Amino acid sequence: MKPFAYAHPGDVAEAVRDVAAEPNAVFLAGGTNLVDHLRLGVARPDLVVDVRTLTSREITDLDDGGLRLGAASTNSEVAADRRVRERYPVLAQALLAGATGQLRNMATTGGNPLQRTRCPYFQDVTTPCNKRQPGTGCSAVGGYTRYHAILGTPGALPDPTAPETCIATHPSDMAVALTALDAQVHTLGPAGVRTVPFVDLHRLPGDDPSKDTVLEHGELITAIDLPPLPAGARSAYRKVRDRASYAFALVSVAAVVHDGDVRIALGGVAHKPWRATRAEEILRGGPLTDHAVRAAMDAELAVAQPQPGVEGGNGFKIPLAARTVAATVRTLTEEQS
Amino acid sequence: MDADITLRVDGETRRLTVDTRTSLLDALRERLGNPSPKKGCDHGQCGACTILLDGQRALSCLALAVAYDGAEITTADGLARDGELHPVQRAFLERDAFQCGYCTPGQICSAVGVIDEFEKGWPSHVTEDLTGEPEITHDEVAERMSGNLCRCAAYVNITPAVQEAAGA
Repeated sequence: MKPFAYAHPGDVAEAVRDVAAEPNAVFLAGGTNLVDHLRLGVARPDLVVDVRTLTSREITDLDDGGLRLGAASTNSEVAADRRVRERYPVLAQALLAGATGQLRNMATTGGNPLQRTRCPYFQDVTTPCNKRQPGTGCSAVGGYTRYHAILGTPGALPDPTAPETCIATHPSDMAVALTALDAQVHTLGPAGVRTVPFVDLHRLPGDDPSKDTVLEHGELITAIDLPPLPAGARSAYRKVRDRASYAFALVSVAAVVHDGDVRIALGGVAHKPWRATRAEEILRGGPLTDHAVRAAMDAELAVAQPQPGVEGGNGFKIPLAARTVAATVRTLTEEQS
Repeated sequence: MDADITLRVDGETRRLTVDTRTSLLDALRERLGNPSPKKGCDHGQCGACTILLDGQRALSCLALAVAYDGAEITTADGLARDGELHPVQRAFLERDAFQCGYCTPGQICSAVGVIDEFEKGWPSHVTEDLTGEPEITHDEVAERMSGNLCRCAAYVNITPAVQEAAGA
């Protein structure tokens, strides 16, 4: 592992100054992804700035009926919080579908959405990867694409040598739920504080796959707010994976249903948690019948680009996503009637 | 780059100087002579390195020692009290919940954490009613222990041992 300096500043302002002043510095929170990347050589910082004990670990009620999750609250604590379980079951279910008990005890609210893709080529420093080493190409195209994107990719069979090519997916379950909940992200950066809608936090590869989010260097997540859901709203998370436990999503769905309207977010299909806005518009006002949801998802997925690859590629994700959304919405509307 | 840290390990205060790159796992095994937590994958995938870190089960391979200065650590080696095995250790012996034993200290620390999480009413992925109290069933224990791999596949005895120790 490459040597690095470690800093444990007195407060978040100092931590932000420390990272902002050193181009090759990173924040450390729970460390479950970063420490692995230090060992693999995927991350090679000169300075690691520990913020785990600097941001709030509290989960607090907001005046509007929502909840504020301090950035240092752990995935376990958020999933176990009575208010989260009762008011935002989609978030508790998403957290509990991710990782393991040990990892959830370490991983934090601020860190989970910033974890990197589990693309095997990104994690293997011996292979070209535009996300890890910009300009080197994409090894995933035509390779093992089972866990890769079908939406927001540059094309049906992108040029593996082009510097913008990346077909990685975002691995977080929590982030899919936060996308459906219209969460708000509070940050402190070199330019001061700002609030970023969670749906805008992550980005598509665009012309720079090395950037997962819109956060600037030195910008730290301090808290994430959950707006209140309307009375009577129901929510759920459903994850389809290769094993019953401790596996990343092939496809996952976070859904919120209220009065015939539905919010849908998908995991495992794109470089970012995918809000299915096209399907939501088609379904606005209902009725949320199985047939209507499937038709709306067919429209949403009309632009999907299945990636060929070994073991048959990932075209199976298109019908799987449509069916998983329909099944999740069905559960919620059946409960309601 | 070196840092001076203090750890409380199985009830003893230990002071040491570590390279900033040292994991808690390597600090315990290589520096403090406590081989109880095991190095399986060193990537957070197998659970062999599980310890109780400030009272909660955690993976010592993914923790930088320098970031846990002052932490209270319990390994499987420190669970016995006054010569009496911990109830989880006893259940593993009585139920024959291991073969080669390499994953066992991690399994046992994880199980101690699982029992504490049951007592706090924490739900899991297989808990049907998120707002209720979880029951200590086979499926609940299997899901909660899914981060501890056993290549001998002694799960058929590990799960009942944890259920028994949890008072199911």
